[in-house]
Amino acid sequence: MDAAVNSVYRRRLLGHRIGIALSVLAMAVGLGFLLWILATLLINGFGALSHTLFTMDTPAPGSPGGVRNAIVGSLMMVGLSTLVSTPVGILAGIYLAEYGQNNKFAAVTRFVTDIMLSAPSIVIGLFVYALVVARFGHFSGYGGAIALSLIAIPVVVRTTDNMLHLVPNSLLEAAFALGAPRWKVSMTVRLRAVKAGVVTGVLLAVARIAGETAPLLFTALNNQFFSLDMKQPMANLPVAIYLFAMSSYEDWRSLAWGAALIVTFSVLLLNILSRTAFRQKNPQ
Amino acid sequence: MMTSMMTQTLSSPAKTAAHAKPKTKTIEISGLDFYYGKTKSLKNVSLDVHDKQVTAFIGPSGCGKSTLLRTLNRMYDLYPGQRAEGSILYRGRNILEPGVDVNMLRAKIGMVFQKPTPFPMSIYDNIAFGVRLYENLSRGEMDERVEWALKKAALWTEVKDKLTKSGLSLSGGQQQRLCIARGVAVKPDVLLLDEPTSALDPISTSKIEELISELKGDYTIAIVTHNMQQAARCSDYTAYMYLGELVEFGETDQLFLNPVRKETQDYITGRFG
Amino acid sequence: MNGHSALAADEAGQAALQEEARNVALRNTMRVQRIQDFIFHKVTLLFAATVLLVLVGIIASLAVGAAPAFREFGAAFLVTNEWDPVNDKFGALIAITGTLVTSIIALLVAFPISFGIALFLTEICPAWLRRPMGMAVELLAGVPSIIYGMWGLFVFAPLFGDYVQPVLKKTLGVLPFIGPFFQGPTMGLGLLTAGLILAVMIIPFIASVMRDVFEIVPAVLKESAYGLGCTKWEVVRKIVLPYTRAGVVGGVMLGLGRALGETMAVTFVIGNANDIALSLFAPGNSISSTLANEFAEASSPLHVSSLFALGLILFAITFIVLSAAKLMLVGMSRKEGVK
Repeated sequence: MDAAVNSVYRRRLLGHRIGIALSVLAMAVGLGFLLWILATLLINGFGALSHTLFTMDTPAPGSPGGVRNAIVGSLMMVGLSTLVSTPVGILAGIYLAEYGQNNKFAAVTRFVTDIMLSAPSIVIGLFVYALVVARFGHFSGYGGAIALSLIAIPVVVRTTDNMLHLVPNSLLEAAFALGAPRWKVSMTVRLRAVKAGVVTGVLLAVARIAGETAPLLFTALNNQFFSLDMKQPMANLPVAIYLFAMSSYEDWRSLAWGAALIVTFSVLLLNILSRTAFRQKNPQ
Repeated sequence: MMTSMMTQTLSSPAKTAAHAKPKTKTIEISGLDFYYGKTKSLKNVSLDVHDKQVTAFIGPSGCGKSTLLRTLNRMYDLYPGQRAEGSILYRGRNILEPGVDVNMLRAKIGMVFQKPTPFPMSIYDNIAFGVRLYENLSRGEMDERVEWALKKAALWTEVKDKLTKSGLSLSGGQQQRLCIARGVAVKPDVLLLDEPTSALDPISTSKIEELISELKGDYTIAIVTHNMQQAARCSDYTAYMYLGELVEFGETDQLFLNPVRKETQDYITGRFG
Repeated sequence: MNGHSALAADEAGQAALQEEARNVALRNTMRVQRIQDFIFHKVTLLFAATVLLVLVGIIASLAVGAAPAFREFGAAFLVTNEWDPVNDKFGALIAITGTLVTSIIALLVAFPISFGIALFLTEICPAWLRRPMGMAVELLAGVPSIIYGMWGLFVFAPLFGDYVQPVLKKTLGVLPFIGPFFQGPTMGLGLLTAGLILAVMIIPFIASVMRDVFEIVPAVLKESAYGLGCTKWEVVRKIVLPYTRAGVVGGVMLGLGRALGETMAVTFVIGNANDIALSLFAPGNSISSTLANEFAEASSPLHVSSLFALGLILFAITFIVLSAAKLMLVGMSRKEGVK
């Protein structure tokens, strides 16, 4: 009896050890590749880091230059996009949380929002192209900003909706018990209780659109020169990286790595900020 | 209100003296049924809440006392699937009628909940929130009102130097007193207290019980409590409920010393529940 | 006695007047509040509707743009193996194949690795390491996809083509059924490479979703299993996995949705050849890489329209996959009575 139990147990133990070992191996492989990528980025990007990267504009191949116009262009488009998508996303999220209980329209909207969250961003670019670029006959920074907004809005809607749902009923009832109207309870009690979480949602949306290339390919395209005019094609980091990296010029490729480092660093910083500086205290 | 003013100038504050004078009934509940979906959780409840008196609802868990309290300010309206039938007359008007302005009702019938619920704003703004809904007070007048409300809730001395601090920075007992201050700041007619001390320690509890007997002078109070001794200490009238029905209702002294129904006797003496 | 009652009557009259005034003010406030609530409802409703409007707009504009191509080529467009801008002859098969093949490779590779990572984070990792590692994985999910593309093109592809592909060719390339998939010139760029880059890209994403799902398994459930003497691996296989099945499937499908639509990670390494070959080593094209490469310079209206048609097809595929994922998740949780 003992021997039988032992052999069964030994087999189980072996299975356990193999399983755990595989899991650790998977972890090592996965993380290993990811760290390899980051290391590559750092090594190559560092080589391109210098003050000229930030002070000079994108050059013709063979001449010295930087990515100043791309940085400015990206900042402007991401900035405008955030300005537009934050109120739209928050208000839509408020609608879903406040009125979306047994509401078919709200259920459909939530479903659509989730689809849009993972929809291919290049298709969004096509849509904005058809809507804006084709209409006005040329690429523009505004088109790029619109495309980025369409990507950011579902993120903000989702996080706002989720956050607002965390507010306990007792808090809302206390406000209603004073006779407060719906909109006041929603904006000054419910929203305020989770405002850190909502800000996190906005920051995550910004981090997401800061790194997007595909939607800008057909909307803002790129601009070799420094320009603040959003009605014209606008330089931006992701597309500049794409054009430079795919080229066959060594100095352009170097600039691409430098710009890639800037973008990745900004995105990671935003992500870290959203998780630390704006930690949401549990509203219960 | 006029009747009660006369009553106060002519009678002593002792409860026994109040027996002799007729009291107005602020709220008259008759034939009240309540449904959560298909489940009937209040059955034909009828009782009166008297002016400037404390009425306690007691009974074992699930007997419907909180449900009853929450019908009085139509709090159940927030949840589809819950409905009430019957009549609840507040100063002569049936508040269950469809045309009633619920917000206005809640301006006059305030509620304090079991769990302290300070709003995510400063102590000052917590109190001012309700007042700002209905009254246009100048800065000075609002300061006065906030101070008055906090004094009424016996919280003024503890927070007067930190009015701008968040309401969440107070201890549990203080938070609950903040909620009471918030409730009285809008000068309601009636105050509903839903197990206000069950989440608090004994010292905070006794402070709040003292508060209730002081507030009684200005407000009609209905309180739900699972603590019989609290009901005996604080209330003038008590309603004993069981499984959604009103078993007995009467003056507290009489109900506790000489209950009419055997079930009441059993509950009070701890023979069950 | 008379004076007393007159005084009382006067006080009563004043009190009544005050009460009346207060009631009027209250009623006015309530009216204003009702209007405010009405506006609030309509405004928030409007913004919520914009999300729906955008979706409808996307489908509409894609359909309008794609119409000429479908009119010209008909439904056969979907299965035509041809993409010839010079002669204005287009078919979506190449791009669709590329998209599906790279995504499936990505999923096959990413799933076990993400699973291992999620498992490690929730069950094996020592407690002090858990939060920093978890955060590291989440941060990696935020790295822009263009970085993966660049790494793929400059670092991975050359190494892959020089060292790994020859080995695969000699080992897997000679086996009976799967052999043909691993034949051909070993350039490093191609469908297999693109699939692998995609895999690395979606690993952090799927891993965090799985990790979140594993974490909500109630401790008491696991403890009951341990209490019976189960090994850790058995607890995972018999308790954690069945409990989180719905979430795992959902996470995988979300990852698939991401992979299908990914542009930059793929465009750099897929080789951009408008051809279908049996071998995975061969270069090809996915829908998004075709769009990325050709849209800016497409001149003929039919070319542009065909590109729009590709976009429409991609959107449709992603929509179907994501909807299926959602419905499966809802269905599973309803079955288990969670909802």
